[in-house]
Amino acid sequence: MKDKIARWTLLVIAFSAVLALLLITFFIFQQGVPLIFKAGLKNFFSTQWSPTHGKFGISSMIVGSLMVTFGALLIGVPLGLSCAIFLTEFSSKTLQKNLKPVIELLAGIPSVVYGFIGIIVLVPFIREHIGGPGFSVLASSIILGIMILPTIVSISYDSLLVVPGTYRAGSLALGATKWQTVTMVLIPAARSGIITSIILGMGRAVGETMAVIMIAGNALKIPHSILDPVRTITSTIALELSYSVGDHRMALFACGTILFIIIIILNIIATKLTRRT
Amino acid sequence: MIKTTNLNLFYKDFHALKNVNLRIKEKVITAMIGPSGCGKSTLLRVFNRMNDLVEGTRITGDVLINDKNIYCPDCDLTALRKKVGMVFQRPNVFPLSIFDNVSYGPKVWGITNKTTLSEIVENSLKGVNLLEELEGQLKQPALSLSLEKQQRLCIARLLAVEPEVLLMDEPCSALDPISTAKIEELMVELKNKYTIVIVTHNMQQAARIADEVGFMLLGELIEFDKTSKIFTNPADEKTANYISGRFG
Repeated sequence: MKDKIARWTLLVIAFSAVLALLLITFFIFQQGVPLIFKAGLKNFFSTQWSPTHGKFGISSMIVGSLMVTFGALLIGVPLGLSCAIFLTEFSSKTLQKNLKPVIELLAGIPSVVYGFIGIIVLVPFIREHIGGPGFSVLASSIILGIMILPTIVSISYDSLLVVPGTYRAGSLALGATKWQTVTMVLIPAARSGIITSIILGMGRAVGETMAVIMIAGNALKIPHSILDPVRTITSTIALELSYSVGDHRMALFACGTILFIIIIILNIIATKLTRRT
Repeated sequence: MIKTTNLNLFYKDFHALKNVNLRIKEKVITAMIGPSGCGKSTLLRVFNRMNDLVEGTRITGDVLINDKNIYCPDCDLTALRKKVGMVFQRPNVFPLSIFDNVSYGPKVWGITNKTTLSEIVENSLKGVNLLEELEGQLKQPALSLSLEKQQRLCIARLLAVEPEVLLMDEPCSALDPISTAKIEELMVELKNKYTIVIVTHNMQQAARIADEVGFMLLGELIEFDKTSKIFTNPADEKTANYISGRFG
């Protein structure tokens, strides 16, 4: 009897999480999709964003989101992957034990703090030493690249760690160096985990809002160089939602729909890849 | 030829090999037997310096392979391991294709030419009698093969880097009797070209394939002699007790 009560209670609680997801999905699509059809795909995917005048083009924001995400991966993936490889293959047990929690601590820093550091340190540095206004694709990419490090490091680390030791022994016993073993055996063996870490990091970068608002400059145009300011989909929603009404508000939900679809696709790919091994 | 003089090995405080003196002849099969924990696998790992990977390992005494001290301070470890290949207890094929497994060693050693690589892969697979069986499926993942074929593939992978010595650490312990017989057959075939040292817990196996046998106990080499001598007329009482199954 007690078991039955526990079972049903847990079932209800468990499903409430799923229900929340379903409700969010439903709500976003219900609010967002009608506008896409009302405005027409041509209008919606143009570069003209002037929602109070019936222009709902979100292309420049999609490009902006993709640019900063790609930039973040360009910085975060090599850094994170080398960090994971160093920790699992080239460092002592004690260093491993101390360094990994420190990297995971990066995930605990609030994004507004990243943005703050970006404004105080990175933006002026870029403005003075590299050029442009400082608020830029470059600044956002660097900050996001650091923000996705914990995701990439810890998942790659775990997937390298579960590669059987016999692979290492087998490779070394053939006279391969440690580095050859890493690049030719361990990385292929841990490939699906590494790709998963990259995709989850990508999801994080696409969705990040606060830090990006603070350092991206938020100009509504397609940037011509990495030193130009940029505006992402998430920034637009966060910046405009408070004063939007009517179609404008619906357009922001439509942005959310697009974001939602991008992230769902990334997650499906990540799950598929992890399951394959 | 492999020769050790007063070889001692310590794992931190544990004295794993005690004053081992032995000579392993070229192009014969030498089997090391003894109960679990007697140091036979450790001894095997001395010859390709795989023990170096274990933290806290210390060695005293000399180990010569073809009159060259393999523990000299400026020794090239990778070159040693190319010359002295090792087969492990469980087949450890890499999660790559069959072709990539065999061509791994040559690639590591700088061969990039596709035709050369194909030739090496073919010859190596032929060397372990796998070429005909695997004809046309070299692109398949190696992990899809049966354990016996995986173990053969591991041997082929060694042959691809042209070693002189093959160390085998209980190579049949994961295999069924029929597969074991096939691997044993292969070892006997290979001894024409390679010096083979095998560690086994299976005395019958040692009796079947080895030319010389060493019996180890608690880190000491108790007796080392021709197979027929060890199994019919051992000099030491402990050897006699072990091979007659009184302990172990």
